[in-house]
Amino acid sequence: MDIANQLQRQFMDYSTSLHREGFVDDQFTQLQKLQDENSPDFVVEVASLFFEDCEKLINNMARALEQQQGVDFKQVDASVHQLKGSSSSIGAMRVKNVCIAFRSFCEAQNREGCLRCLQQVTHEYSLLKNKLQTLFRLEKQILAAGGSIPIVE
Amino acid sequence: MTVERVISETKDQFPIGMRVLAVDDDPTCLLLLDTLLRRCQYNVTTTSQAITALKLLRGNKNKFDLVISDVHMPDMDGFKLLELVGLEMDLPVIMLSANGDTKLVMKGITHGACDYLLKPVRIEELQNIWQHVVRRKKFDQNDWYNSGSQDKPHMGSGEAAGIGKVDQNGKLNKKRKDQNEDEDEECDENGHDNEDPSTQKKPRVVWSVELHRKFVAAVNQLGIDKAVPKKILELMNVEKLTRENVASHLQKFRLYLKRISYVANQQAHMVAALGSADSTYLRMGSLNGLGDFHRLAGSDQLPNAGFRSFPPSGVLGRLNTPAGLGIHGLPSPGMIQLSHVQNSGNAGNDQSKLQSFVIPGNHNANILLGMPMSLELDQLQNNKGVRHIGELPTADNTTVFPVSGSLIDARVAGCSNNPLLGVTSNSLMLEGSSHQAILHATNLRDSVSTMVFQNGNTLSDFNCIAPASNQLRDSKSNLQGQASLISCNAGPIIRSDPQEWNAPRKDAPYQSNIMCCSINSSIPVNGAMVQLGQCLDQNNPVFHRNMDLDSIGPPNFVDPLSIKHNKGESSAMEPLVIDKEGYLIVQQRPQGSYIPDNIGPLGDLASAIMKQDQDKGKPADGDFGCNAYSLRNCI
Repeated sequence: MDIANQLQRQFMDYSTSLHREGFVDDQFTQLQKLQDENSPDFVVEVASLFFEDCEKLINNMARALEQQQGVDFKQVDASVHQLKGSSSSIGAMRVKNVCIAFRSFCEAQNREGCLRCLQQVTHEYSLLKNKLQTLFRLEKQILAAGGSIPIVE
Repeated sequence: MTVERVISETKDQFPIGMRVLAVDDDPTCLLLLDTLLRRCQYNVTTTSQAITALKLLRGNKNKFDLVISDVHMPDMDGFKLLELVGLEMDLPVIMLSANGDTKLVMKGITHGACDYLLKPVRIEELQNIWQHVVRRKKFDQNDWYNSGSQDKPHMGSGEAAGIGKVDQNGKLNKKRKDQNEDEDEECDENGHDNEDPSTQKKPRVVWSVELHRKFVAAVNQLGIDKAVPKKILELMNVEKLTRENVASHLQKFRLYLKRISYVANQQAHMVAALGSADSTYLRMGSLNGLGDFHRLAGSDQLPNAGFRSFPPSGVLGRLNTPAGLGIHGLPSPGMIQLSHVQNSGNAGNDQSKLQSFVIPGNHNANILLGMPMSLELDQLQNNKGVRHIGELPTADNTTVFPVSGSLIDARVAGCSNNPLLGVTSNSLMLEGSSHQAILHATNLRDSVSTMVFQNGNTLSDFNCIAPASNQLRDSKSNLQGQASLISCNAGPIIRSDPQEWNAPRKDAPYQSNIMCCSINSSIPVNGAMVQLGQCLDQNNPVFHRNMDLDSIGPPNFVDPLSIKHNKGESSAMEPLVIDKEGYLIVQQRPQGSYIPDNIGPLGDLASAIMKQDQDKGKPADGDFGCNAYSLRNCI
């Protein structure tokens, strides 16, 4: 149907732009490929989990960095490490990259640097969340219009 | 995403349906892993908690074929879980992490992981993980049922461990062959199971702490070189335990011992290289591990029980460097002290004793040596779910090594060993805590590989852990170099407490000895020995322990030593005792005036030596033997 095709085209463009801008990488494509009739909401599920996890970790980090009497960098590092793991698993490339920089600040025990990275992470996370939610919305619309979600290589 | 069949369709559809347990605290990754594994047509169980995973595994021995675990988990370190699983359930474990640091990967290997995957994990990688299950089955099967297969490379750890084991295996295989004929009924039961590697579903024996303790006790009783599965089985007298189970476990145990002795050697070496500090450290390490030793060491003690714990301690003794060893053979006061320390978990008591151990000036060295252990211990205690041996107080690293060689050592010993010692203090590594110890040892071991100094610590831990898991064995190759080093160093390092010994100890000889040792790390004792001989003003007992596990037999080791130990000669140091295993323990009275000044250059030297050693890939066996003799001559 026209609408479906239109939506599909939109979806593909949007998807490509996400890749191009580095919001997601190949791992995300792998996730999309894993989605099939047995697990139709797989990507959405994983993404939701990721968002939850991300928020929790960001809060942990913020709390740890706020400690006036001495920041426990090990704890911050542990959170960053986990965030790095989950972001790379879902293909959230920009978030992951910030995590990498974040870790070196943790190792250097640089509070200022860490705070900056935390800000960046939070920012990237919100951006990504918005983008993915838009993408998922498009997917729903496509399905509602009777089309199928194209795989963007 | 096709999964290839391993065997013909007539058998089960392995690897389809392979039962995998996935552990990861990150829900995103866990879900992804779950989906990927299901896509590979495996039978997947997931949990986000390591503790839950252990419960699941322990609940039913045969429930799973493979475990995949994340490295960083909040409730338990992935490596610890790895060790536990390897020890108790003998399942292949794959580590998973976002961090692909070489050190971490190495750590995984030394802890016995059969693979290390990086996140994000891809389905292609997961499609092949079934190979680890097959390999293990085949390995076990072949090893025990093929007569004449003398040099079955050890799965996963091939290298030195395998080589080192050949002799033993050869002998063992032969014996087994004979025994097989006698125990046909036993064999038959499992025999046909082994015909089919892929679908083999041997009832898995879970080597619980209790079981392992019995095992080690039996091995001790028999003597490590006389410990054959049949006799061990008889001694253990456990229902439903087959000779094959015992044989398999024995093999792992031997590897473990080899590994720790190797590590110990290295550490000893390093310690020597570092200067006195190290030696003390090594000592400490050994002492720690020696918790059991103290029993042995205790002048008035030397109970057999101590010997029992020997394997673990024995291991320690071996690994821990002469100090550990010395303790065994020689009831060096320090050693004894350690035991006390261990028991009381209070370094204080023994601290005075340990003084001699503490390497003066080893602020750096000590710290390095002692610290790692303490740190490790602390970490272990804090982070790991392992039962901590409450007794051992974690000594601050700084306090551990007082320059004057004060008590700290005791503390250090206590601390570092804590994880292990806790176990050992019971003098039975086998205790449940042994698992901890093992884990600790593992951890320590890791440190060992990373830090020379730490080696000492870890070694002791290893020793304690006698029931070390197979995983330990993997690190053997790594440790070998280290162990050899350590053994070398241990010699000079092992000093009985000067006060105890009443033997005039000279710092000079001590240090020079240490130097010798460190240098010799690779040649263990020959070079050092000579110098040591010159330096030593007494018969520093040099216990050289062969890498060979067989030599661990406590009886051999302890008796002569104990006798010597009590001599009150000036040198308090036991005469060079060369155990048949070739334990060389050079005991030097740790002088309080050790100064870590030379740590730097020594450290470099030590590293260089270690590298050499490692490069040489010395076989586990017999490295030390020669040293012992040369040392003896020198002395």
